[in-house]
Amino acid sequence: MKAFTTHTGVAAPLLRRNIDTDAIIPSREMKRVSKLGLGEGLFAAWRYTMPGGREANPAFVLNQPAYANTSIVLSGENFGCGSSREHAVWALVEYGIRAIIAESFGAIFHTNCIRNGVLPVVLPARDIRALADFVQQDPQRHCLTIDLEQMQVTGEGGQHCVFSLDEGAREMLLQGLDPIAQTLQDREAIAQFEQARATAHPWAFRDYAGSAVSAEFKP
Amino acid sequence: MSAVAPVAGAASPTTLFDKLWQAHEVRLLPGGDSLIYIDRIFLHERTGSIALQSLESAGYPVRDPQRVFCTMDHIVDTFPGRGDKTLMPSGTDFIVATRAAANKSGVQLFDVDHPDQGIAHVISPEQGIALPGLTLVCPDSHTCSLGAVGALAWGIGSSEAEHALATNTLRVRKPRTMRVTVRGQLKPGVTAKDLILHLISAYGADGGSGYAVEFAGSAIEALGVEARLTLCNMAVEFSAFTGLIAPDAITEAYFKGRDHAPSADDWDQAADYWRSLRSDVDAVFDREIILDADAIQPMVTWGTSPEHAVPVSGCAPDPHNFPSAGAESAQKALDYQGIAPGQVMAELAIDAAFIGSCTNSRISDLRLAASILRGKKIAPGVAGVVVPGSRRVKRQAEAEGLHKIFIESGFEWRDSGCSMCFYAGGETFGPGKRVVSSTNRNFEGRQGPGTRTHLASPATVAASAIAGCIRAAVPEENMYTGADAAALQEAIG
Repeated sequence: MKAFTTHTGVAAPLLRRNIDTDAIIPSREMKRVSKLGLGEGLFAAWRYTMPGGREANPAFVLNQPAYANTSIVLSGENFGCGSSREHAVWALVEYGIRAIIAESFGAIFHTNCIRNGVLPVVLPARDIRALADFVQQDPQRHCLTIDLEQMQVTGEGGQHCVFSLDEGAREMLLQGLDPIAQTLQDREAIAQFEQARATAHPWAFRDYAGSAVSAEFKP
Repeated sequence: MSAVAPVAGAASPTTLFDKLWQAHEVRLLPGGDSLIYIDRIFLHERTGSIALQSLESAGYPVRDPQRVFCTMDHIVDTFPGRGDKTLMPSGTDFIVATRAAANKSGVQLFDVDHPDQGIAHVISPEQGIALPGLTLVCPDSHTCSLGAVGALAWGIGSSEAEHALATNTLRVRKPRTMRVTVRGQLKPGVTAKDLILHLISAYGADGGSGYAVEFAGSAIEALGVEARLTLCNMAVEFSAFTGLIAPDAITEAYFKGRDHAPSADDWDQAADYWRSLRSDVDAVFDREIILDADAIQPMVTWGTSPEHAVPVSGCAPDPHNFPSAGAESAQKALDYQGIAPGQVMAELAIDAAFIGSCTNSRISDLRLAASILRGKKIAPGVAGVVVPGSRRVKRQAEAEGLHKIFIESGFEWRDSGCSMCFYAGGETFGPGKRVVSSTNRNFEGRQGPGTRTHLASPATVAASAIAGCIRAAVPEENMYTGADAAALQEAIG
């Protein structure tokens, strides 16, 4: 996984609340059995003039020349709510987004970000509004810098916002760790736990299909 | 760091959630996450193939394929006589790849033509795969449905699915606990769907953010398992980590004899344990919400978030009355939905009615809708589609003659799957079409580009289909409420 330490980039405001993963990547844009090829479908319903089309909608912020090379998204409450589709994060990554600053995040989306090297930053509405006001003045010049070591967002206009992130998630991102490899270091502990659980609750480990009297359908 | 054996009964008063958490916590990890043991994993063709393929290419085997289940629900067609071919141009690729990956890894597959195929969250309780006291994860956000039976179940992404498949664990930050107590009893004609829409509209689509939410109180205890599944299904629309309901005698009766549920001697041992799975009397929750059931009315959404819900008898709001950030979102929602501020919901003409999805496609939902549609026709120009949540539900409905009621009223009767709950299968009522839908999400484009979704209960969907505009069902003596078998017989005669 790609590590995240510090990042400086163009930030684009999408200050709606409840931007869901269907909006981030509509299901019709998830065309292949792959984690790749999704960047084009990012925000497709807002980004293009026609469903399934590729003609840019000039009104959408990411299509405006001022926001070329955006790598940070500023948003409102509950960003990434809805479907668990990790395609939303894969699409953001492929587009070039490294961090999202929002008032809160959908829980599954938040974890998906961490697992793909995207930093979810939680800040209060007031701070996000101030950051948006700053970048909107001159998006290409008024870049934001996010430092995960120091857990702060800064801008050259004197902006300085401190955020927090769970230590486990922070370590994963800072070091770009493979969580499966990390967990398999605990394989003995897992096996011991499993053995104890199977002793206490054998029913939880048995598959009774076929042994049960075929049940009459019960609502 | 040695493993901790599961311990039943803690010294201090404990919540149901904490009991389940403690019973599955392998250890607390440095950094504050917990390593949580996973008992069951469910996959589907949308993400299952990617997870299994990705795991294989990373060189990790599936640790215990016997406790992994996979279904074809998201993309598969629901037209009668379907095969692998899908309306979605590349959908067949997902189905074929999932079948190959599932067979190779040895997980249990409910294939397109399997007699027990259906929506993951419908078939997992229906077959006793999800059980009280188990952890179950699935790369689908509505996995929280299964908290309804006292399982600790939650939706995950693909990377987490790979982690669970490879290790039978997940690294999870422990959520806080919330209890939503619903006092009294729901009024006739008011369903679990109305209750959850009421909660989300009152406390916001992020009202449960960071919490595992236990539903409790007399109104919850009176619900059947299927209604409880509807309630917990939409915990994710409340942004909760999951929903939970303590298993009780209703839960036990539901599971006894199910295919994968404990049989013979094991049943008593399992059931004894399940009876311990309830929040202790003095257990402390991080947050408590109390609702009065009799204040809840049939609900419908006006906008593009489940929080945009009002009573069917109500009006869409005026964004000018919203706080600043909410005003812009609300105005965009009204624009998308093509309705004016203050619109009287019951005056909105509809183009289509949809009954289906992991929220409301179980036999009790179909009985409820059929009890309203019986002997009636849906309004001219309204397209109606019913999609049973599983093939077992379909067979049962057909055995009861419900399919005839639907067909005679003008609804299409389909094979099981997620269908038009979303657009993954490539099927839609069309741009600009107004759909009253028993599903869970009214997001922009959710049911197809430009399609306007109004979420409601199956009762409201059925009544709206007949009226041709949004309409709550009038509770009648013969309306099926799911309360008891006698009412059912009365309703469907």
